[in-house]
Amino acid sequence: MTAKISAAVVLAGGQSLIPVMNLRMGHPAALVDVCRIPELQQLSMTPDGSLHVGAGVRQADVLADREVGARWPMLRRAISEIGHPQIRSRGTVCGSIAHADPAAELPAVALALDATMVVRSRRGERRIAAEEFVLAPFTTVLEENEILIEVVFPPAGADSGWAFEEFATRRGDFATAGAAVRLVAGAGAVIDCRLALFGVGGRALRLSEAEEAVVGRPVDEEVLAAVHSAVESGLDPSPDVHASGEFRRELAARLAVSTIERAWERSNG
Amino acid sequence: MSHDAAIGEGILGRSVPRVEDDRLLRGEGRFVDDLQIPGALEVAFLRSPVAHARITSVDIAAALALPGVVAVYDGASVADRVEPLLNSEELRVPEGIRANIDPIVRIQPSPLLAVDEVNYVGQPVAMVVAESRYLAEDALELIDVEYDALSAVLDPEQALVDGSPLVLSDAEDNIGVHIEHGTGDVERAFAEAAVVVEDTFVSQRYVASPMECRGIVATHDPFSNQLTVWSNTQTPHRVRNHLASAIGLDPEAVRVISVDVGGGFGQKGILVVEELLVPLAAHDLGRPVRWLEDRNENLMAGTHAREQVHHIAIAADAEGRILGVRDRMIVNLGCRNMVGLVVPYNSLCHLVGPYRVPNLRITATGALTNTMCTAPYRGAGRPETVFAMERVMDRLADELDLDPWELRRRNVITPAEMPYRTGILDRRGLPQEYDSGDYPEMLDRIHKMIDLDGFRKRQQQARSEGRYLGLGLAMYLEATGLGPFEGAKVTVLPSGRIRISTGAPSQGQGHRTTFAQIAAESLGVPFEDVELVAGDTRDIPFGVGTIASRALVTAGNAILQAATLVRERILATAADMLELDPEDLELLGGVVRPKGVPGHELELADIMRALPVTPRGSGRDSLSETSYFQPPNYATSSGLHAVLVEVDPDTGRIEIDDYVVVHEAGRIVNPQVADAQIVGGTAQGLGGALFEHLQYDASGQPVTTTFMDYVLPTAGSMPDVRLDEVVCPSPTNALGVKGLGEGGAVGPPAAIANAVEDALRPFGVVVHACPLTPNRVRDLVRATQL
Amino acid sequence: MADSRVRTATTPPLLEPSAWHEIELEVNGEIVGAQVESRLLLVDFLRHRLGLTGTHVGCEQGSCGACTIIIDGQASRSCLAFAVQADGASIRTVEGLAPSGAPLNRLQEAFHTEHGLQCGFCTPGFLMSLTALEESGEVGKESIEEHLDGNLCRCTGYVNIKKAAHKALLGTSEEAAR
Repeated sequence: MTAKISAAVVLAGGQSLIPVMNLRMGHPAALVDVCRIPELQQLSMTPDGSLHVGAGVRQADVLADREVGARWPMLRRAISEIGHPQIRSRGTVCGSIAHADPAAELPAVALALDATMVVRSRRGERRIAAEEFVLAPFTTVLEENEILIEVVFPPAGADSGWAFEEFATRRGDFATAGAAVRLVAGAGAVIDCRLALFGVGGRALRLSEAEEAVVGRPVDEEVLAAVHSAVESGLDPSPDVHASGEFRRELAARLAVSTIERAWERSNG
Repeated sequence: MSHDAAIGEGILGRSVPRVEDDRLLRGEGRFVDDLQIPGALEVAFLRSPVAHARITSVDIAAALALPGVVAVYDGASVADRVEPLLNSEELRVPEGIRANIDPIVRIQPSPLLAVDEVNYVGQPVAMVVAESRYLAEDALELIDVEYDALSAVLDPEQALVDGSPLVLSDAEDNIGVHIEHGTGDVERAFAEAAVVVEDTFVSQRYVASPMECRGIVATHDPFSNQLTVWSNTQTPHRVRNHLASAIGLDPEAVRVISVDVGGGFGQKGILVVEELLVPLAAHDLGRPVRWLEDRNENLMAGTHAREQVHHIAIAADAEGRILGVRDRMIVNLGCRNMVGLVVPYNSLCHLVGPYRVPNLRITATGALTNTMCTAPYRGAGRPETVFAMERVMDRLADELDLDPWELRRRNVITPAEMPYRTGILDRRGLPQEYDSGDYPEMLDRIHKMIDLDGFRKRQQQARSEGRYLGLGLAMYLEATGLGPFEGAKVTVLPSGRIRISTGAPSQGQGHRTTFAQIAAESLGVPFEDVELVAGDTRDIPFGVGTIASRALVTAGNAILQAATLVRERILATAADMLELDPEDLELLGGVVRPKGVPGHELELADIMRALPVTPRGSGRDSLSETSYFQPPNYATSSGLHAVLVEVDPDTGRIEIDDYVVVHEAGRIVNPQVADAQIVGGTAQGLGGALFEHLQYDASGQPVTTTFMDYVLPTAGSMPDVRLDEVVCPSPTNALGVKGLGEGGAVGPPAAIANAVEDALRPFGVVVHACPLTPNRVRDLVRATQL
Repeated sequence: MADSRVRTATTPPLLEPSAWHEIELEVNGEIVGAQVESRLLLVDFLRHRLGLTGTHVGCEQGSCGACTIIIDGQASRSCLAFAVQADGASIRTVEGLAPSGAPLNRLQEAFHTEHGLQCGFCTPGFLMSLTALEESGEVGKESIEEHLDGNLCRCTGYVNIKKAAHKALLGTSEEAAR
């Protein structure tokens, strides 16, 4: 048996990578701890109203920032569902997104909020939409020698509503299924809807049929029924030791409905 | 809660805060891995990645060449030196059982490291000894083993089918144990019954998961030629005896010390091969050697438990009086029959529990499968069997349209019938006899505590609102105080303090406190003056250990006996010194004085100092006595759990609204400690009821080997548990005590399953197995909607 | 940090294949300098190099919480950090709660009187999680439960741990676990 040795790996919070190494399922030849690089520790809002979260920013730092919490409540809510305080104290926002666990909260939030990933290598910088960033379980578009240095969340408009819910057996567990939704409303109808479901596929995903069922109308029983059936027919999650695919699909449909309903209430539609 | 169980006016029966706590709260506990032993080498095991295969080659050369590696052992290098492991004490078949039941008990010794064949994922194949655990694990990756896959069988019922693949290639079949036993005429009972209910109930595989995994440090001292072993075992004398005979040493040349133990729950009460290999390496290498199992190893290859299938039938008359019970149970033993009759027989003789069952027929078969061995875990066969019985009781109640509480009330044995003989043999092969108990009183208490009538009204009301409430009851007995003996040595130290030595160590139960309470009370010394050494084989030559809810009954009474003897010796010596009659002296508060005469006092230290110089002394220089207690019968504890739940049929989520336990465990030495044992056990039972499931995939890979996949209860997922107790002192021992360590874990799976089924009665759901995760509950509901 | 004592942790045999680093950190108010391997986990550094064995290892995956310590004011898993990452950090372990000779602090005392521990293996992790919470100034029933959920206990069933936490942090154990 030969040990699998991979090249240098970015160590962000380490709350996912170190368990893998402790299980000897990962053998990085070198680790680069990005949390010690001052310029990557920036948590800042730019004049255009967007939020920049550097690779070294811990989840707990975001939770502790009241202004960020007030302006990106979905981000705050989602982080409060990650693991436990003892994990969030070291876990980072970018680390979780780059780890691309299909049941993790933050990749779904990035997707729902239409975040942009800023990645850099010696070859230069690329900006990648959340939509394009994750390819498969634990796999992103990041290339060799390329690191995610920052995630940028666009400004939240006053006319937008949001909701984030997950179903987990115990508090702190990875979600059996979860939903994050941001919708923009105006004149009594939904103008735009981004619904990200997680825990129900190889990566956090959007279902265009469900979103299209919402856009252009007020959210009512009929819309919600359409969302429910769009999710039911649009997903085929795999079973694992915790839940059957059927159960995850049922939960996702319920959560899609309840989050869209809640987001609609919160919006100014 | 009230504690009418208090024994006497003194320290016994009081909630004395624990003396163990101070060290542990300061981080000054001394668990195996906390011992600072300079130069200790560390061990890592290479374990089989396949469920069943022939080993065609093992190449350890590269591992051995790695800097920092001191030794590498493979199967061939130890097979001809050390006999395969047998838990011989546990595998003994009592004479009464052999003569009357004649069970099949096949023994499959475990090779210390696999030779030629591996039989489950996780089986140790090679052992690396290195300067650090990091280096030892590096070396594991350099060992090359070639496996030639063989067919594996995982399902215990499949394993018993003719033509099934063999778990062990050289065995005749996959049967480890087979027992047929009963009483009365079951066929007639079923033929004459007004109602018969028959179903299959399954207990899933779940595991002890102590927070501290297994661990052992061994060192060989050339000066004394002694092998010293610090282990987190529950049974230090058994480890010593096995180790001495395995390595070929006299028992006194091996000293086993049980240090602080981070929870055991039975898993640390069974000898495993690692416990022999680590001291063997220390003996070979002349250096201290340490092994700490990691969590992955513990979940994969620490002893598993609980997996049973019960095909059970119950026959009753029209009023619900039980006429007979028939059960065919299959116990998944894993790859070897590790502990013989223990679990299957425990299941057999605890099946009908508190109920009057005149006709009973039980067949118990232990099947071998290509999985980790199963062995006792808190309850040891009782949660499984009680699950089947209490489920079928609820099915019977449903059939008769009786409240489950009422059905139980009509069938429980009454105090007037005590001592009660069931008609079958107990684990010792003697007629099973319940010593004392008051089961009707327990039912009456719980009726009030949960306000049964009020609950039924609320349940009806809630159903009309589309909410689903349920009540689950589970009742069980527990034969505690397992023999054959436990000993205690009580010694007056030169300082006048008292030291108790016993073979029954603590894994968190608080023996230093409760055993000291017994000694303080029976000697007449301050509690603070008593210290305990539990589980050091050098201090007392014989012992069994802390397993099977036995420590308080056996060691506790041994302490009482030894303390009584020491007290007599103290008084006799003091009488000599004072030239008075011992009858005229009293020992109170650690001081001897003539009865009713203040001022004329002898401290115990004075008496000790005088011993060697007193002309009237006995010629002995110590005030120390050792006594062994042999329980004449089991002390039968009992418990009744009631749980109120609300179930969301859409998400499968179970909310526990109330959880109540009424227990009976004879006299209580320390109520706070006793209550905590019940609550802690209940939480483990709830883990099995709601979350825990050690799963294998179709190829025999264990797939729940982290705490992310093997789901334990957390603070937020556990309810408050309300307790009440009934006290029926045991007539089987002078203290009147019964064991209670395991009881709490027995009730919850049945109670929760009964409650969920009750809640979902409008859907017609029948619960056959746990854990009742949201996914499982939703599956049950969905199946009724298709 | 300047007025604290300085000691140097012993360095093990140099058989280790990974790179070595000089680190300096504060542990329970004391400045510690040491050479550590890249891959040495912080918990192993504390336990085996500094002899601070009160911090325990229960799973090495961040799940059980037995290894919880306080790093720069926050409760964290010491099995999910490398010793080298703690360079410059301020670390507190259970040994620092009531230095030898001092009476148990309020939280420790509450665990004792409420019988919030049995085997005691998980206890240091609980104490450090709750200490970090207490010092964060965010104490409340909800935050207590959230912090307790990050630590596993197999003995107590949590009821007495909740009582102890409520008694020490909220001044009452009456409504514990509600």
